[in-house]
Amino acid sequence: MIFSFDLLINAVVSGILIGGFYAAVTSGVSLSFGILDIVNIAHPAFIILGSYLAYVANATLGVDPILASIVMMPLFFVLGSGIYQVYYVSFEKRGQESLRGLAFFFGLLFITEVTLVLYFGVDYRYVEARYIGPSWHFAMLDIPLRILVPCLVSLVMTAGLQIFLTRSFLGRAIMAVAQDQLALRLMAVDPIKIKRIAFGISIATASLAGAFLIIIQPVEPSVGREYIGRIFAICVLGGMGSLPGTVIAAMLLGIVESLTSTFYGPSWAPAVSFGFLLLTLAVRPAGLLGR
Amino acid sequence: MRTPVFLLIWLGISALVFAISIEINNDYIFFAGYVVLQYVALGTAWNILGGYCGYVNFGSAAFFALGAYSTVAIYKLITEYDFYRMPIPMLMLIGGIVSGIVGFGMGYLTLRLRGAFFAIATLALAVVLQTLVVNWDYVGGSRGAYIIRPEQIEPIGNYIRYLFLIMMLLAVAAIAIARMIEHSRLGYGFASIRDDELAAEASGVPTLRLKLIATTISGALMGMAGAPFPYYIGYLQPSSTFGLDYAVNSIAMPLIGGTTSWVGPLIGALLLGSLQQIATVTISSAVNLLIVGFLLVIFVIIAPNGIVGLIHTYFQRKPENFVGRRRIEAEMPGRVP
Amino acid sequence: MIAAGPSNANGTAANGAAPALLEIENLGKRFGGFVALENITLSVPPGERLGLIGPNGSGKSTLVNCICGTLRNEQGTVQFGGQRLDGLQAHQRTRLGLARSFQLPRPFVSLTLADNIRIPLLYTVATRSGSHRAAHEIEERCAALLHQVGLGDKARRLPRDLTQVEMRKLELARAMAAEPKLLIADEAMAGLTHSEIADILSLLIRLNEQGVTIILIEHIMSAVMSFSRRLVVLVSGRKIADGMPDDVMRDPEVERAYLGQ
Repeated sequence: MIFSFDLLINAVVSGILIGGFYAAVTSGVSLSFGILDIVNIAHPAFIILGSYLAYVANATLGVDPILASIVMMPLFFVLGSGIYQVYYVSFEKRGQESLRGLAFFFGLLFITEVTLVLYFGVDYRYVEARYIGPSWHFAMLDIPLRILVPCLVSLVMTAGLQIFLTRSFLGRAIMAVAQDQLALRLMAVDPIKIKRIAFGISIATASLAGAFLIIIQPVEPSVGREYIGRIFAICVLGGMGSLPGTVIAAMLLGIVESLTSTFYGPSWAPAVSFGFLLLTLAVRPAGLLGR
Repeated sequence: MRTPVFLLIWLGISALVFAISIEINNDYIFFAGYVVLQYVALGTAWNILGGYCGYVNFGSAAFFALGAYSTVAIYKLITEYDFYRMPIPMLMLIGGIVSGIVGFGMGYLTLRLRGAFFAIATLALAVVLQTLVVNWDYVGGSRGAYIIRPEQIEPIGNYIRYLFLIMMLLAVAAIAIARMIEHSRLGYGFASIRDDELAAEASGVPTLRLKLIATTISGALMGMAGAPFPYYIGYLQPSSTFGLDYAVNSIAMPLIGGTTSWVGPLIGALLLGSLQQIATVTISSAVNLLIVGFLLVIFVIIAPNGIVGLIHTYFQRKPENFVGRRRIEAEMPGRVP
Repeated sequence: MIAAGPSNANGTAANGAAPALLEIENLGKRFGGFVALENITLSVPPGERLGLIGPNGSGKSTLVNCICGTLRNEQGTVQFGGQRLDGLQAHQRTRLGLARSFQLPRPFVSLTLADNIRIPLLYTVATRSGSHRAAHEIEERCAALLHQVGLGDKARRLPRDLTQVEMRKLELARAMAAEPKLLIADEAMAGLTHSEIADILSLLIRLNEQGVTIILIEHIMSAVMSFSRRLVVLVSGRKIADGMPDDVMRDPEVERAYLGQ
């Protein structure tokens, strides 16, 4: 473990950039868990699905993965809406969300992951694009573009989502449905439809996040499991539904992970995110900018 | 039916099953049967916290693995220092104690969290424990650990048959404990926590204490199920031992079988476990998890009370409270519910 | 039974009799920036029939939650039977003899009515030193309690088969099952018919005659007036009146804040 300022700066910057990516990954769950109170533990699986679809588009058609995933967002939206409908009818209506709803998503996680294994095998897959490979050198910084580009697009996507939620009627209806369903009904807005749309959007973000993931690192089906802890740690730390909070928390986690990995070795990395989560739950469940 | 009678009946059934298996004389039955029985124990253990109290534990693998790794640690002691060779029941006891303590600790840290947060916290804890073990070189770290299984053990003969027998006895113990809880004041307390924790507190139920009891018993049983595992499998690897596969199975089997009584996990484990063994042999082992995932999702949607619930509906009996339908046994033998 | 004589305006017994069963001093509770309760001071002597009224959102249920331990008050103290309740969990307070029914009924949905009653019997009554109950005694007590609230023939049913009204009665029966010294009935009579209200009132009066102190939180004025020997009014988290029911109702501030709306 050689401590050098160079290494430190690069680790921190790397952490910030990865954090930007983590923010995109978590934004969907901020929506579904933070705002709608749906514990979609299968979200990482949908991200991996997005990665694989981007991979297929990239490998067969040579399309840029980010572009491909944007095109596929409507598909994911429909998938999300469908899943919510099943979830609502089977669990929310009956008031059994806690145990059975969790089990439902857990089952979906496995179904998605194993289907991908059966179809694609367990080999690592990666995509090719012009920005994967070169790095940007700036003073002592060494920033791989394959991390910079997804980070920037992530932040754009997260900002777009935030604007949508705070400025548009639909977005504000989504924020409202978390707080007062009756009031929405009285305004002739069907809360179930709003939640369905919101969940659809949540899954749609997974498509894009999946493209980011496979640009940053090679992907195989079980990679999603590492992200469960990260996503929920960031979501809780970021204040359950606050997107700005999510970004800050994501970057914090990214930095801590990066520093740990650089100076202590990568085998401790999983413990970092999950340890973060436990700490947050124990100390400040309301998060940094909490509700 | 009093507990001793129940135990005798099931011990009798076990003896029968064991005798028949020896007659058939195909070692595969013992290998496959061990796994199925292991899941009976794991599913029943999970259900004590999950089904009875309503707290979903995603970290079952961690307790199972802790039991396995405490066996590995002791095995290393034996081989390095020519330590006293511990018989498996003793290893199980130790594994149970270790996992029980960790269960208590986990409960203490996480049980103040509400439903979903508790579940996520258990997952987090499992990963943290896994990382700790992976970085502990004494038990092999990420490279894994080898255990040499003895060939024979008198008077049973083949060692795998011995392991099978031990696991069967553990399974019987697990369902007996589950049933005993159901019939006791503890069972009523658990059910009240599951239904409405706030109202339970207001009714005088010491909810935190009961939940800690549940996590400790649940963890200990899982640890006991894990203790013989290194001898069964020969080579222990952290990634698979701590894998989510154990989590999904220990959740799916009670949910599919039925969470409100000891019968559910038993049925779920026997059916699902056997199905998985057959699938592993005929198709592939990856399909296992696909089956579990599908069945879990389907059952949770259409049959929330599991197979037990379906049976009750089919026979037109009202699925009344399964816990608590039977009264506290001790004072009232012979009264029909 | 300790007779509760006429009370002074600040709640202490006029003849300086037995110390208060429930003593609340300067209780305050905030939710973030919102002040739910401020400076609540209340003294309830044993055997009292106290009515607690106030507009919706005035903090009545919050006060009950703070007394019973479901919520923690940041300011002030609550004493029960001379013992400070700081830091005691809700179940410990129930075991000391403080029981409450919930405004929105919270039955144990997977248990029969009989078992709903059994829970407090098993965990409160049976744990009190010196009172070991055999199983059949507990069984009889369950049946008796259900009978008292008119649910005797539904002992083996599930809560989901009950009407809203019946659920309120179950809620009350469950609180009674804890054999409390002080029972707080939180809007137990909402939606009941006149005769049902009369039933519940006579039930509560009978309980009171057996020595149970009762705090009745209600909106139904006729019931409150006929039951209470003392009336406390809560508005916007503050206590604005405390005394004999007739006096309180004539208090202009009460008229303005509560009745005049």
